[in-house]
Amino acid sequence: MKKHYREELGNLRETVLRMGGLVEQMTHRAIQALVERKIEMLPEVTAMEAQVNQLHIDIDEICLEMIALRQPTAADLRFIAAAMKINTDMERIGDQAINITERAESLLTVPPVKPLIDIPRMAEIAKEMLRDALDAFVNGNDELAYNTIKKDDLVDQLKDQVFRELLTYMMADPTTIPRALDLILVSRHVERIADHATNICEDVIFMVKGKDVRHQGPLA
Amino acid sequence: MENALKVKDLSAWFGEHQVLKNIAMDIRRNSVTSVMGPSGCGKSTFIRCLNRMHDLTPGFRVSGDVLFDGRNIYSEKIDPVLLRRKVGMVFQQPNPFPRMSAFENVAVGLKFNGKKRSRSEMAEVVEKSLRMAALWDELKDHLDRPGTSLSGGQQQRLCIARALAVEPEVLLMDEPCSALDPVSTAKIEELIEDLSDKYTIVVVTHNMQQAGRISDFVAFFLLGDLVEMDRAAKIFTNPADKRTEEYITGRFG
Repeated sequence: MKKHYREELGNLRETVLRMGGLVEQMTHRAIQALVERKIEMLPEVTAMEAQVNQLHIDIDEICLEMIALRQPTAADLRFIAAAMKINTDMERIGDQAINITERAESLLTVPPVKPLIDIPRMAEIAKEMLRDALDAFVNGNDELAYNTIKKDDLVDQLKDQVFRELLTYMMADPTTIPRALDLILVSRHVERIADHATNICEDVIFMVKGKDVRHQGPLA
Repeated sequence: MENALKVKDLSAWFGEHQVLKNIAMDIRRNSVTSVMGPSGCGKSTFIRCLNRMHDLTPGFRVSGDVLFDGRNIYSEKIDPVLLRRKVGMVFQQPNPFPRMSAFENVAVGLKFNGKKRSRSEMAEVVEKSLRMAALWDELKDHLDRPGTSLSGGQQQRLCIARALAVEPEVLLMDEPCSALDPVSTAKIEELIEDLSDKYTIVVVTHNMQQAGRISDFVAFFLLGDLVEMDRAAKIFTNPADKRTEEYITGRFG
């Protein structure tokens, strides 16, 4: 028995949200493991990736089938197109969370270079951006999407700050270089997560307003 | 899941002209199967073979088996009238009986099939059938109106209610929406999706978008051959046969 079109759209929305929740959790736990130096938390993050990968495939399949079988138009078409693009961004966020766990694996076997302050702050903002981006998607809230995009600058600034600070450590003591480089990479991964959240917001704005806000420089 | 109908090596001729060529098809119970293809491909002939609608067509000849509940419907022991009660048909043009009220249109099949029913039993079946056809709420206060005075979409749903009243197992629909506007079409399509919980539905359609929307399975016919049959999602995203691909992408047909 076939489901009604509306049910299928609802099911797609829920599936996107489920995947979003998973990658959010992965990011959260990877950073938590790093900051609280709990190496035993890392395997569970790695284990979540399999579910994310399956959802990545499922969502594309649902979208393709709906385009082929339902001929979506107008807002429905934009919703499905947005879901497909958001799907790619979410999968990349999951990959970045895995990258963070890999850095954490090497960082947690050696003494810390310094207490982590800016990286947790960055991660907090990036997670909030991701959460708000998904909320904006589910509720079709373009205003929330706009406001979320603006936070990306803050994450970029923090990344530069982390880089500058770690540079001073490396110059002062070359034995810190491998660990400092790992931290720079972590900040880079977090920054990329915020970028993907920004992409999701841009797709949400297109979905709600039918307006393409990509590649237009700073938002007014 | 089992099959409601099993078609084996079915061929059909109008005079010398062969219109169906060795068709083999399993039709899954409680599902929607669409039969699509260009004009003249044999799709209407095919579904009419499923309840022996061609019996009286001069020059028509059929070979092969159509198994319904495990028995060949072309066997001499089968009464075509009983068969058609179990395998109902809805046509392209809504065809309520003229000079009958909406109520009588739904009840008429019950009257003809012999069993005595009280007025209240009759009313019960009519209500149930109209509810299943998603027409009850619109019509419950106007059951005495002539069936022909309803809108086209309502007439078609009335015909579906009439077909359901005799409690068939299979519902054949020959382009049930092609005479209807988009809103009525959407209603019938939703109805078809809902009915497939309880009934096996076979729909002939010219409209492949419709086949995509409503079907669990899609069969593609071309020049009397069954080219391909598969899940709707498979047919519309990645058909196995090049001819199906060409048809659904509008390259011919």
